[in-house]
Amino acid sequence: MAIYLTKESKVLVQGMTGGEGMKHTRRMLAAGTDVVGGVNPRKAGQSVDFDDRAVPVFGSVREGIEATGADVSVVFVPPAFAKAAVVEAADAGIGLAVVITEGIPVHDSVAFTTYAKSKGTRIVGPNCPGLITPGQANAGIIPADITKPGRIGLVSKSGTLTYQLMYELRDIGFSTCVGIGGDPVVGTTHIDCLAAFQDDPDTELIVLIGEIGGDAEERAAAYVRDHVTKPVIGYIAGFTAPEGKTMGHAGAIVSGSSGTARAKKEALEAAGVQVGDTPTETARLVLARLEASRSGT
Amino acid sequence: MDLFEHQARELFEEHGILVPRAEVTDSPKEAREIARRLGGRVVVKAQVKTGGRGKAGGVKLAADPAAAELTARQILGMDIKGHTVGKVMLAQPVDIEAEFYVSYVLDRAAGRFLAIASAEGGMDIEEVAATRPDAVARIHIDPAEGVTSAKAAEIAEAAGLPPQTVDVLVRLWDVLTREDAVLVEVNPLVRTAQGQILALDGKVTLDDNARFRQARWGGQGAAHDDPLEAAAAAKGLNYVKLDGEVGIIGNGAGLVMSTLDVVAGCGARPANFLDIGGGASAQIMADGLSVILSDPAVKSVFVNVFGGITACDAVADGIVQALDTVQLTKPLVVRLDGNNAVRGRAILDDRAHPLVQQATTMDGAARRAAQLADAT
Repeated sequence: MAIYLTKESKVLVQGMTGGEGMKHTRRMLAAGTDVVGGVNPRKAGQSVDFDDRAVPVFGSVREGIEATGADVSVVFVPPAFAKAAVVEAADAGIGLAVVITEGIPVHDSVAFTTYAKSKGTRIVGPNCPGLITPGQANAGIIPADITKPGRIGLVSKSGTLTYQLMYELRDIGFSTCVGIGGDPVVGTTHIDCLAAFQDDPDTELIVLIGEIGGDAEERAAAYVRDHVTKPVIGYIAGFTAPEGKTMGHAGAIVSGSSGTARAKKEALEAAGVQVGDTPTETARLVLARLEASRSGT
Repeated sequence: MDLFEHQARELFEEHGILVPRAEVTDSPKEAREIARRLGGRVVVKAQVKTGGRGKAGGVKLAADPAAAELTARQILGMDIKGHTVGKVMLAQPVDIEAEFYVSYVLDRAAGRFLAIASAEGGMDIEEVAATRPDAVARIHIDPAEGVTSAKAAEIAEAAGLPPQTVDVLVRLWDVLTREDAVLVEVNPLVRTAQGQILALDGKVTLDDNARFRQARWGGQGAAHDDPLEAAAAAKGLNYVKLDGEVGIIGNGAGLVMSTLDVVAGCGARPANFLDIGGGASAQIMADGLSVILSDPAVKSVFVNVFGGITACDAVADGIVQALDTVQLTKPLVVRLDGNNAVRGRAILDDRAHPLVQQATTMDGAARRAAQLADAT
């Protein structure tokens, strides 16, 4: 079953005809994703050939949905046009919009996440690698060939840390991996994913990856304590990040005493979440926990 | 990007918020002239992007132009929490009757902006919020509606601010949205003995992501006090200088932050943060290496790359090409993992550079880089 994305998902790509859009549409198709169309008003009516498949280009998200029944959109449009693209997708009634675009002004993110919520559209991102349900579908830029289907659910702010854990645990495999993005404002949070994984019968254990900045991990810890019965293993990056400096992710900035990696680790541990000191140790903790629960101890 | 107080003051003034008369300078002689223009008696304020200026002696009252020159001379060049004072602002003193606090700040948890206001301004608002939470009003702003007069009146009433502040609250929202700021704060907002509402001190943080549509700030790069950071920024690298000996290059912000932690866990100190992103081309690798090797504190370099979309063999090719253009002066530990890792490692083995070593795990590579930094 997985969460948010399955082999039944019909995917539109907003910005498919751009360089990044083309490159990743090809990869999404290769991973088995049912990409049913692209959106570009200036190229409506054309189609783009990806190896053995011609993908039609629609003039709007609404036209794409009417023609194909699409329920997911992956957004690759540049920062200046991202807000309009997401609002268009939400107005057209898309169920899930995955916003890959990096560098969107925060006022725009605040506006479109709030608007999408009012329309019942789930946003993943912005500034995220997207999500993958291995063996079924890939919506975004996560490399599909570094892991396989399995029973671990993963939620992370960081792309490459997600890939690292997917790779280290490739023999076990994943139900769904969600890269929620490193911006200060994101549409889907750790808590949303924890709730979805808790309800997903295909997910046996949850890996939660966080990093400095904000208090999303602390709130996730409280949620785990109160609502999650499945085992959760955590990892936090940014113990050595200095105060007041931005480390690549716009959201990863420590100000004052809150938002530090230590505070997050302690909050997770207090909620019964084992937290690894390195990605590799985190993978080992996952293996040990799975073994323990499968042998009934 | 944080603005200096005098830049925030200018923005407020442009948006119709009353501010004290003031001018800025880097010269004590000019400070004397400015004081004369402003009527003699002035407040001399260090322009630094950090709090606690007053306690550090960076804000002083000068009774006349001669005193203003002397005070400016004392404050200019002063070190306040690691920030060197390059400019002072001289402002007309104000007869303060009451001090308030108002700000709009991004509430990440709610995904919205939050108005924070209090009738107890002038001091540390976090302390007021901690000790007397009832004295601080917090009201979320709907992004579609913004701060209308009605919303501003609601904020003012909740905080116990006088009705004249409503207009300031509306204008301050204009500053936030039109300038693409993620924080605007006025502390204190004062009522003068003459009944005017004046923004006496302010803080504005602009959204770096919005540079493309903010012509005024777009031309300015982010401020880099550190020369290595400035050199890296000129090459378009995402580099942050730290106080250590192990240079770090990696792909992806999360993985690089994690790499710093793993190196620190081995008892060494990372010298920098450098995220070369997904592509890891030869050019970016060469640029990154040259910046790191020009840091005299660096004793070893750890290249930590996970091959995803760009597979490890392409990354290894990039490293080999970079070694042709950059004179390697410090030992380099490379860890390649992910897609085509075996082929990537073979490419580096074939190059057989005497200063390049490989490790197959991130933890092992970090240990090796730490040992090398310790040994040299």
